Amino acid sequence: MPFDASSLSLITVEILTAALGLAVLVLGVIAPGRGRYGLAGVTVLGLIGITGVAISNWGANGSLISGMYLVDNYAAFWKITFLVSAALVVLGSMRYVDNLGSTQKEYYGILTLATLGMMVMASAGDFITLYMGLELMTISFVILVCLPSTNPRPVEAGIKYILLAGMSSAVLLYGLSLIYGLTGEIKIYEVARAVASGDVSPALILGTVLLVAGLGFKISAVPFHMWSPDVYEGAPTPITAFLAVGSKAASFALVIRIFIGALPGIWQHWALVVAILSAVTIIVGNLVAIPQDNIKRLLAYSSIAQAGYIMVGLVTATEAGVKGIMFYVFLYIFATVGAFTVAGYFYNKTGSDKIKDYAGLSQRSPLMAAVMLVSMLSMAGIPPLAGFVGKFYLFSTIVSDYLWLAFVGLIMSMVSVYYYLRVALVMYRDEPNDPSPIKLTSPVAITLIVTLVATLFIGISPGPLSEVINSAAHSFFIQ
Amino acid sequence: MLVEFAMHHAWLVPLIPALSFLIIVFLTRPFEKLTAFLSVSFMAISCFFASLAAYGVFNNHELAEHPLVYNFFNWLSIGIPGANELQINLGVQLDPTSAMMLFMVSFVATFIQLYSVGYMKGDPGFSTFFSYVSLFAASMLLLVISSNLLEMFVAWEGVGLCSYLLIGFYSHKISAREAAKKAFVTCRVADFGLLLGILGLVITFGTLDIMELNDKINNFKEYTSYGTLTLLAVLVFIGPIAKSGQFPLHVWLPDAMEGPTPVSALIHAATMVVAGVYLVARMMFLFDAVPAAMNMVAITGGFTALFAALIAITQTEIKRILAYSTVSQLGYMMLALGVGSLTASMFHMWTHAFFKALMFLAAGSVIHAVHTPNVWKMGGIVKKMPVTSWTFVVGGLAISGIPPFAGFWSKDEILVATMNSGHYVLYAMGAFTAFLTAFYMWRLIFLAFYGKEKPENHPHESPWTMCVPLVVLAVGATVGGFFGMPWNNMWAHWIFFGEPHHAGHVAWGAMISSVALAVAGIYLAYRLYLKDTEKVKARQLAEKYQFWYQLSFNKFYIDEIFLWFNHTVVDGSAKLMYLFDIYVVDGIVNGLGGFARLTGDGLRVLQTGSMQNYALVFFLGVLAVTILMAFTGPSAAGLVLGGVM
Repeated sequence: MPFDASSLSLITVEILTAALGLAVLVLGVIAPGRGRYGLAGVTVLGLIGITGVAISNWGANGSLISGMYLVDNYAAFWKITFLVSAALVVLGSMRYVDNLGSTQKEYYGILTLATLGMMVMASAGDFITLYMGLELMTISFVILVCLPSTNPRPVEAGIKYILLAGMSSAVLLYGLSLIYGLTGEIKIYEVARAVASGDVSPALILGTVLLVAGLGFKISAVPFHMWSPDVYEGAPTPITAFLAVGSKAASFALVIRIFIGALPGIWQHWALVVAILSAVTIIVGNLVAIPQDNIKRLLAYSSIAQAGYIMVGLVTATEAGVKGIMFYVFLYIFATVGAFTVAGYFYNKTGSDKIKDYAGLSQRSPLMAAVMLVSMLSMAGIPPLAGFVGKFYLFSTIVSDYLWLAFVGLIMSMVSVYYYLRVALVMYRDEPNDPSPIKLTSPVAITLIVTLVATLFIGISPGPLSEVINSAAHSFFIQ
Repeated sequence: MLVEFAMHHAWLVPLIPALSFLIIVFLTRPFEKLTAFLSVSFMAISCFFASLAAYGVFNNHELAEHPLVYNFFNWLSIGIPGANELQINLGVQLDPTSAMMLFMVSFVATFIQLYSVGYMKGDPGFSTFFSYVSLFAASMLLLVISSNLLEMFVAWEGVGLCSYLLIGFYSHKISAREAAKKAFVTCRVADFGLLLGILGLVITFGTLDIMELNDKINNFKEYTSYGTLTLLAVLVFIGPIAKSGQFPLHVWLPDAMEGPTPVSALIHAATMVVAGVYLVARMMFLFDAVPAAMNMVAITGGFTALFAALIAITQTEIKRILAYSTVSQLGYMMLALGVGSLTASMFHMWTHAFFKALMFLAAGSVIHAVHTPNVWKMGGIVKKMPVTSWTFVVGGLAISGIPPFAGFWSKDEILVATMNSGHYVLYAMGAFTAFLTAFYMWRLIFLAFYGKEKPENHPHESPWTMCVPLVVLAVGATVGGFFGMPWNNMWAHWIFFGEPHHAGHVAWGAMISSVALAVAGIYLAYRLYLKDTEKVKARQLAEKYQFWYQLSFNKFYIDEIFLWFNHTVVDGSAKLMYLFDIYVVDGIVNGLGGFARLTGDGLRVLQTGSMQNYALVFFLGVLAVTILMAFTGPSAAGLVLGGVM
């Protein structure tokens, strides 16, 4: 099918995002001195506007370039997710970036381009497109991680990230090429047909193994998670937040496309492996989080554990599972951005990431302490917060067939309460060493309030979001 | 037009007081006059909507058999749409029963709020009081219109919370705090039973909607056994036992009188305490399917009615007498449900709301004036406070069952229904209770309002905001029963379970005997407490039957029994449990915690920071997954061979 210009309207959101990214990049260079401080505002407003466009395009359906690029509610929902998280991260990090020095002019542009990469991943209709999206995102992230180039730690984190990401990309590509070689197809839904009708050969299984490893790296599933604590700790905190939400969300969008979109034919081969990896990820993430004394490392391990919970939704390869994943990822944005924004702002004000320095935060800044507490309780799955409903949706898909996994999730959620509440205890019980109140700037305060309200609202009234996600998850299955 | 709108937007009725709660809490709390105006007028608007909706319902007889049910908020859906989905919504179920309740609750609440403006004047917690009462009204009205059990349970807990907050309103008093705690704990314990019942129902029948449950329970044999259904009915009934003050969980209700008097009138007489009766009425199809459960309801109700009346005859505090009288009347309502007469039960609930709220408000007016709750220290108030006294007398006539006042018709209906169902013992208990009711109520009236004035009291009539509600409720207590006169029984025509009762059949025998009993009770009270100015006879009787007097005066020692049970059984087993806890549970938990920590520390060592190690782990992971996949898939053996060769 030849390229049809009229179908460009389907990718309005992507075009606008690319334009915004490039415009902010250029503005960063040409804007004089203090003018650069407006970049954040432009970016946030731009992202919010694009989110509006994405919402108004809800229901658009079609494909571009003969199926290389798919537009459906499934992809639309993910795009909204990415845009919301990008907007929140930018809003919450305005002050933080000012401290990065001259490098801040690239920050917003690259961040927007990373978002574009995520969108391509969610909409990818074939292996090439998805790989392009993945690399656009990854390389943008590498730049973002080592932006404070005068500081050795972010640079170390960036180098680790690019080398290990390169390794995982190689593994992923090897897996993709094996599957392409066996089926002769490169489009996701063509592959699905070929896999379903053909024999299960060892090479196909090997290809799947390599996909599990390559994508497991992106979602930091154990044992492919080793990079993430180091990178999370070394990267500037807003970037850590964006890595934890955006990169992970996009990778899950991709994982669903590949495993449930392209490989449902050999579901019985990978289901148990995914279940085991999910259990191991939940266990290791939660256990290693316990002894951490640095808030960013604690959140890094907690986010590994969260990825483990989300993987639970893959195991049954059903609509309910996909819905569970999308629901959980969406609410996970708010909890994670909330927690990381508090951590980033706290570091900005006090220069510390140590948990013990959070003593008496409830007196110094009640809002920061409340957001940290609510975010963590939501991640632990305490009702009536959003995380509870999310976990409920995820685990209700597997109770009948994988009861042991539900028990692992339950017990480990209990364990997680231990280290989350340890932070709460420090914030609420201990007396501060320095009782001076921490003043919030208004963008940070807005970010915190948005995350707090969203976490509470989704938990108390999950109905509306759940309906939207039902329609998104449904569109994935009618291809 | 407007009527249609009100019927299809009945959720506005609870929403309006909920809004006034929010506005008071967040905006108008510092401005007392504005708060009072806002609260009362919002309640009045809500009552206006409720009356329109009720008017609409009582103009459409179809709704008596097929309720108007609709959802106004989709709250949560579990499972896959179309397949095993469980939709949990907030919905409205409008039928004559809920329309009657909707009107009654909002009407009584409006006038009690108006009364509170005068009663609570000068109280430091004035605005807080109105915010709580608004929240209570919202929860109670939501409970009334609920179309599913979870929604009802949420509202049920909401009214419980407000009850707790309002009983403990004077939190500087230890007794108020203790009473609030007692009410909350007692109800919580029972609500656990109710919750189990609701969970059991949803597991068995797969729905929470009352109408769907109704259909499914009509042929429950397809879903479950008779035994299970009995268990579910008993579990559901545990909630109402505490909420509606049935024996033996009635203990919290008399103590709840520690709250401000308007609260006693609104929550602990007219509305919240009847929530339990209402729940049983709503779930009547469940109880009707299991005769054993029906008998349990009937016996609990009949016994409670008699038991509480026996306590009331010796109490000395005006509000406590009224509280035990409420327990007794709630027993009547349960009794009526238990013998299968939804009509009689709801009718008595309706009339009771008027005369009991009236009496509580009048009692509050008296306490306001003489500053003592003890009836023996009052006397002769009627001259100084005519409105309060005469309205109280109207209430007394109504509750005693003197025609044509409201209570006569409804109580008579209950007694007739009990007799017709063949429960003769329960009928006898009910009739004797009627005699006792007339006696203790007129004992109160003669002691407090008539007789000699006490020199230390300087009563004066209350302000108009307190008198108007009294008069309005007195009118209700007088004419409220005309809806259900046996020869023109409109009530039975609208509100019934199964087949409507036949109007026109007048049981003269029961009617005349109950009037005779009431008159006898009043006469006995007159002889003992008014004619005998020095009360010599009463004292002699108390001394002669010391044992029985003490038993009744000390409320049959139920509190003491609970206390003893708590001290020996609960505390004793708690000591054992404590040992179990520190050695076994803590041992396991600390052991697990230590294990988790050690494992965490161990795993942390792997995180060396060296990238070569990370890459190594990554590829070991790939290897592990390969092996796992090779050995676990459905055709594992073939794959292993294929991979090797």
